[in-house]
Amino acid sequence: MSLFPLQLRDVVFRPNGRAVLEGVDLTLSGEGITVILGPNGAGKSVLLRTVCGLLQPTGGSLDWGGGAFDPLAVGMVFQHPVMLRSSVIDNIALGLVPRGVGARDRRLAAMAMLEQVGLADRANDNARQLSGGEQQRLALGRVWLTRPRLLLLDEPTSSLDPSAVEAVERIVRQIRTEGTKILMTTHNLGQATRLADDIVFLAGGRVREHVSVRRFFSQPASAEARQFIQGELPWHLAF
Amino acid sequence: MASGFLKRLLPALALTATALTVQAGESITLASTTSTENSGLFGYILPIFEKASGIQVKVVALGTGQALDVGKRGDADALLVHDRAKEEAFVAEGFGAYRKDVMYNDFVVVGPAADPAGIASTKSTDEAFAKIADSGSAFASRADRSGTHSAEMRFWKGAGKNPEGQAWYKASGSGMGATLNMAAGIGAYTLSDRGSWANFKNRQDLKILFQGDPKLYNPYGVILINPAKHPHVKKAAAETFINWITSDAGHQAIADYKLHGEQLFFPLAAK
Amino acid sequence: MGGFSQAIADAFSLLLGFDARVFEIVLLSLQVSSLAVLIGTFIGLPLGACLAVGNFPGKQAAAVVVNGFMGLPSVVVGVVVYLVLSRSGPMGDFGLLYTPSAMVIAQVVLVVPLMAAISRQVVEDSWRQYCEELSALRFGWRDTVRVLLYDCRFSLSVAVLAGLGRAMSEVGAVMIVGGNIDRSTRVMTTAIALETSKGDLPLAIALGMVLLVLILLLNAGAFALRTSVMRRFE
Repeated sequence: MSLFPLQLRDVVFRPNGRAVLEGVDLTLSGEGITVILGPNGAGKSVLLRTVCGLLQPTGGSLDWGGGAFDPLAVGMVFQHPVMLRSSVIDNIALGLVPRGVGARDRRLAAMAMLEQVGLADRANDNARQLSGGEQQRLALGRVWLTRPRLLLLDEPTSSLDPSAVEAVERIVRQIRTEGTKILMTTHNLGQATRLADDIVFLAGGRVREHVSVRRFFSQPASAEARQFIQGELPWHLAF
Repeated sequence: MASGFLKRLLPALALTATALTVQAGESITLASTTSTENSGLFGYILPIFEKASGIQVKVVALGTGQALDVGKRGDADALLVHDRAKEEAFVAEGFGAYRKDVMYNDFVVVGPAADPAGIASTKSTDEAFAKIADSGSAFASRADRSGTHSAEMRFWKGAGKNPEGQAWYKASGSGMGATLNMAAGIGAYTLSDRGSWANFKNRQDLKILFQGDPKLYNPYGVILINPAKHPHVKKAAAETFINWITSDAGHQAIADYKLHGEQLFFPLAAK
Repeated sequence: MGGFSQAIADAFSLLLGFDARVFEIVLLSLQVSSLAVLIGTFIGLPLGACLAVGNFPGKQAAAVVVNGFMGLPSVVVGVVVYLVLSRSGPMGDFGLLYTPSAMVIAQVVLVVPLMAAISRQVVEDSWRQYCEELSALRFGWRDTVRVLLYDCRFSLSVAVLAGLGRAMSEVGAVMIVGGNIDRSTRVMTTAIALETSKGDLPLAIALGMVLLVLILLLNAGAFALRTSVMRRFE
């Protein structure tokens, strides 16, 4: 059963009367990387959390390819991933715990995943002592290990140095190649051009544009998007 | 992740549990009074009995009133207490199968060495208690339904006094030791069995001021909890103990126990 | 009177003289209290974690009740457990009254609320931090409780030590349900109460010092263990 196309219809999130999402309409296909851009406070993170099921929209609906929402098929990596007070291998295997995978199989799968994200030699180190980039790679591997159909990434490279950013992007591309749909936010427009197949431009709690990456950067349709691109490029790359 | 820790812990848990439950040989539970336990009597005679019979006697030391309650609930196999009227009622009500005389000791009235009530020169218990009441000297009472408390109430009645509610009458509501500690602390008179007094170390200014009146005689009886009422009572083992403590061998052991060279308990021939 | 210098001398001779009787009493204290705390750990810590993580009606009320039970006088626990275990009580047929098992049961009742309350506080702080991440990984409440308990294991050692401290130092409950039977249910605290009632205050204080030294040693050991393991994972 496919989750796609995922259709958001007039999704509103207005906790305690404060408007965050003002009616989001969006259709996502099951392939590629969709990058959500938009100024601070546009509701990007809230939108991801709503799709993840962590927040209940106060209005509108989500349609998962005509079927029911399958939480196990949707994963999310947060801007500041949380590490358990434990080893790297325990942390990367964490997502398999609620999926009923036994300790031995967890270890085997985790070991393989550590290879994939380049942390195999750190397996028994304290996860909390990894660098920011390493923690982000671990968090990606942790969710990847649960084989989601849709992966949500909230600012996965903010505050990382360029080489760490590159390592994370390499993993994101790899996950995409395996057929996982990726929906991510970023403030790094360079990253958007490198990774995105299509761009969703969110401003004021609404989708202003949803076009291919090439079209977004060459012919932004709205004035806000034009301003955004000019204002952000090239000085605020990693804001 | 936590399961490895668990696997290592469980055997330790099981081992400790076994260590706590394994017990060598047979045992009975005897509810008795603080006076017999604190005086050291049980510490002397019970090993002799255990050696002879192989039965371990576990003593729970309480006041007589509490010990009778424990017996009523069936939480002991036998009682060794000192309040004859209550003991006889206990058997009459069917809680005890029977009662036998074991031994006696006596009560002493202790108080501050200066003896403000002047009881040292009195000739009878009645007179001594009357003088304490009349002088309004502090008196520490057990006030805990123990055998000693019962006796004390009898003595007040004999003296024609009612101390309840008087400012000088301090109801401690606790055991003999705690009451003696209280009397020593505030310089009060109190009634104690001779054994507890003999073994009491924190005397400070206290000394025996009145003793020897036949009225102060304090008999102990042993009671078998009625197996008809409480079927789990270890009748055979408990009777072995009762027969021993009322036998010549038991009497000898009681008479042999001396504290600071003084014999504290005197065996009583069975009626 | 020289009560204190006498007490200190007595404490040393008790500790160094390795008196078999004292050793038996110390050993029983340790056995009863550690078993009670062990059982309490398996009940109290998950209970606290469930109260922290769970989302059910009456959660606040349950937390208040647990916190309230923390202050339960041990004598009350003793009387209640006594009535339950008494031959005339609902569990009388097991004949547990006046046995070490009864003391373990009473101490479990004493330490569970304390350990649960501390565990709830510790786990709640951690839960606030992990809530989103674990929800996104689709942790159910059972797995969440397990993972959080594991993750808080260093802080939760405080709950275990607090439980051990309360179990080892309480006298009211074990006196009533254990009966302070010589060579059977006499533990440090009831022995101290007994010596006090005999007016042997120096010996009572000496035993108290032995108890204090024991609790200090246990705490120091736990602290050393905790810091050595924590250095790796904090």
